[in-house]
Amino acid sequence: MDVQLAAEAAIRGPGPTPVALNVNDETLVVEVEPRVSLLDALREHLALSGSKKGCDQGTCGACTVWVDGRRVLACLTLAVACEGRAVTTIEGLAADGELHPMQRAFIEHDAFQCGYCTSGQIMSAVKLLEEGNASSDEEIAEFMSGNLCRCAAYPNIRAAIRQVRDGGDGGA
Amino acid sequence: MDLIRAGIARPDHLIDINDLPLTAVEELEDGGLHIGALARMSDVARTPVVRERYPAISRALLLGASEQLRNMASMGGNLRQRTRCAYLRDGVSPCNKREPGSGCAALDGLNRGHAILGTSERCIATHPSDVAVPLVALDAVVHTAGPDGGRSIDIDDFFLLPGETPEVEHPLAHGELIVAIEVPLAPIARRSVYLKFRDRQSYEFALVSAAAALEIEDGLVTGARLALGGVATKPWRARRAEAALAGAPADAASFRRAAAAELEGAVVREHNAFKPELAIRAAVRALSEAAR
Repeated sequence: MDVQLAAEAAIRGPGPTPVALNVNDETLVVEVEPRVSLLDALREHLALSGSKKGCDQGTCGACTVWVDGRRVLACLTLAVACEGRAVTTIEGLAADGELHPMQRAFIEHDAFQCGYCTSGQIMSAVKLLEEGNASSDEEIAEFMSGNLCRCAAYPNIRAAIRQVRDGGDGGA
Repeated sequence: MDLIRAGIARPDHLIDINDLPLTAVEELEDGGLHIGALARMSDVARTPVVRERYPAISRALLLGASEQLRNMASMGGNLRQRTRCAYLRDGVSPCNKREPGSGCAALDGLNRGHAILGTSERCIATHPSDVAVPLVALDAVVHTAGPDGGRSIDIDDFFLLPGETPEVEHPLAHGELIVAIEVPLAPIARRSVYLKFRDRQSYEFALVSAAAALEIEDGLVTGARLALGGVATKPWRARRAEAALAGAPADAASFRRAAAAELEGAVVREHNAFKPELAIRAAVRALSEAAR
């Protein structure tokens, strides 16, 4: 196939087009326009409403998910650009019916009030520890600054993160 | 993407270039630094050769945005990001960038964050990039590819002053793509610093930032690099200050004189008259740290 033909074959939209997404180790096909965000595809088409829409413009962090193992903002990611990549949402964090240690720590430390930012906070916090930037409260605050909490539960969020960092797994 | 979300950018076509092999960050044979256009900010910041030999670049990257955005944002995209001026982004105010000839609401509006250097009567919007500031200080070169082949653009020429045409922000042609940013070998960069001053401690654009590097022999400045962010319509290479530093004693008084010379040309508005002094102090502090 020459370059021109290959390019034409790859053109999608502007109408709805089938998009195959790998979400939480499951392949799911949605019919969405190419302009639809990953966040809207998850929430409106796949009934995965754990990822929240706060600002929809990349400033609040409530929509934080993992794409290929890195934390990113689903509101600024196009669903169609995630084909062939692994998407993980808060719904994919628990394993075999057991909450992830970070989820348990958030509950134990009451690390939320209204709870709207919580799934984004947790998805960010798990990666924060993997990235190795949680040696002090200052470092936690800096590398969690992309997740806003309007209830200002920050001290409790940091306490939950410290617990998991230090090996406390919430008594499990 | 954020401009599409705000209804400011309305592209007919989007081309997903994320699978192009442009993510390398590596030392060049001549000792310079090659940064692929699709390398992510977070990856570049943590690459050992960047941290060790170009610390101001690493620091500027880590002080920008949030970790989620740094994971998503490419280096080429960073250079091409548009101003955060609220009058461009609200979609309705007069804005010569969005709608040439409509006027500039920032001139007599809420202009606390706006530029004091490189402005025109048509636009006073700042360029928001952090990493572009040390890149400008270190004479980076932007490499592009397009239908007519490739070319290399000095980074200082990559960002255009608003002048009479603030809607023209860069020299790229339609179909031309940034493929890499290269930083020439510069021993001076090894102890370069980047400082950022802003309203919040994290996840906020700069009111003023400064990238600085110095070479000092026998207490005298033999080489100086200084660039400012947050105060100008483009990442601002402080050439007047650099000239004033040449051969001067490496002390606070010289640094202050040099920074003041750079800010002599500042044009302030109602709400940003604090910026020249803040910029001078930021430059002095950055130069002082670079002198250690």
